[in-house]
Amino acid sequence: MQKLFATIAVIITGAILLNAVEDFPRFGDPHSPPNSGVSGGSVSSSVHYLQNTYLDTRVPNVVTAVLADYRGYDTLFETAVILTAGIAVFAILRVVRREDEEESAGSEEKACSGEFSTSDSDGEGRHRVVVGTTCRVVVPLAQLFGFYIIAHGHPSPGGGFQGGVVLGTSFILIALAAGLGSALGRLREDMYLRLACLGVFIYAGIGLLSLFFRRNFLDYGALSGLLQTGGEEMARSHGIFGVELGVAMTVTTVMFALFANLSTRGELKGGL
Amino acid sequence: MILPLDIILLIFLVIAAVLALKLRDLLSATMVFSIYGFLICLIWAEMGAVDVAFTEATVGAGISGALMIATIFKTARKSSD
Amino acid sequence: MMEWMKTTIVPHFNFWIYVVIMMLGLWAAIGKNNLIKKLIGLSIFQTAILLLYVSMGVKEGASIPIVDETMGEAAVDFMAQGGGGAGATAFPINPDLFANPLPHVLMLTAIVVGVATLGVALALCQVIFRDFGTLEEPEILNQIKTIQDDV
Repeated sequence: MQKLFATIAVIITGAILLNAVEDFPRFGDPHSPPNSGVSGGSVSSSVHYLQNTYLDTRVPNVVTAVLADYRGYDTLFETAVILTAGIAVFAILRVVRREDEEESAGSEEKACSGEFSTSDSDGEGRHRVVVGTTCRVVVPLAQLFGFYIIAHGHPSPGGGFQGGVVLGTSFILIALAAGLGSALGRLREDMYLRLACLGVFIYAGIGLLSLFFRRNFLDYGALSGLLQTGGEEMARSHGIFGVELGVAMTVTTVMFALFANLSTRGELKGGL
Repeated sequence: MILPLDIILLIFLVIAAVLALKLRDLLSATMVFSIYGFLICLIWAEMGAVDVAFTEATVGAGISGALMIATIFKTARKSSD
Repeated sequence: MMEWMKTTIVPHFNFWIYVVIMMLGLWAAIGKNNLIKKLIGLSIFQTAILLLYVSMGVKEGASIPIVDETMGEAAVDFMAQGGGGAGATAFPINPDLFANPLPHVLMLTAIVVGVATLGVALALCQVIFRDFGTLEEPEILNQIKTIQDDV
């Protein structure tokens, strides 16, 4: 019954959408309205971004500059959304069991399906051979690569989000190889909650610092007096880098927080 | 953008989407969902969107799969349809 | 028939596939019984929309939107020497050679927000499983109905 309703809704919506497909510009047209504007009318803003990014900010990667400088307000609230997701998972799932409730917690394990082979419930001293040895080689390389991606957001594809996710997955690798307890030993719960909030604080703090110099919020050119750069362009470049650092901090810790809470059903003991 | 490569990847994409929704074992469905994410990353890389491809490869194909497998481990593994 | 196919489908072939993938995701989100399958359907729907936006910024024969430093320096020197005079628009960077960066920026935000909401949705699935013992929607609705009938 529900599938029949779904099929009817999909067919009607699909027919309406397919009717509108003919009006789209040709795929790959360099003179379509989003790419170069309407002839005789306004020029597309992406033409302005492509031509003026290097002149204004000395950053070759146009996507990073537009994300962190021209549209920096959206990125600030996107980072706040990631932080909110981490807090939401913490609020929904996190339970702290006292010692005398450990025995009643054992009966809940039966509710989870038994098709996976049972592993040790102790998360502290477990060490798998193949995965552990591989991770011992891969994790330092992954962290180095994550830092490289964050630092090279300007000349090459990369930036705060991608590097932050790679750093977060390096912590998840430690948790998979040697147990969640050893990963939590390196990044404790209160530390990662504080680092996540610190990331958003850095981003908004750089914006507020521009307010103190009597310019607009998130106008990085106001930092040129503080950083002793020659002109405003290098100040914008450094401002973009500082902002990306804040984003990377938040993304790393929230990705690890999501995995830690989801893989242990909120208790942060045991795990996959 | 290379048009024949684009068309072939899009056909694989539709096959991966249908398969991810049809498999009843949720662990296999998650793996095909990660494959779907990697195919999307390839499509964007050949369209010239390298930053988006980078993000989708790490986030969509890596973290999404890991979070879903973690959830499936703690809940049921088989679905009824 | 062949004429209709040549004029409507072939130039917009990839947009047709995007609509097909979007409808697959929508069908799964409404019609499937398992909650995790519904989540997979929603993610497929979201990636189809991302594909639609990014493919509007593609230009034939264009390179990635990273302005080479030598080309950027030449533009800086050109502007420092007074440019082409007041009101001239002949900048040395030709925008037809680079892909449109604006859809990339907007879709970066969309991808990361999508994974954040996926994490919250999976946490809610775990809580539902803890309370009801199952992730199938008809059984959950039956249990809710029996609880409401008892009250």
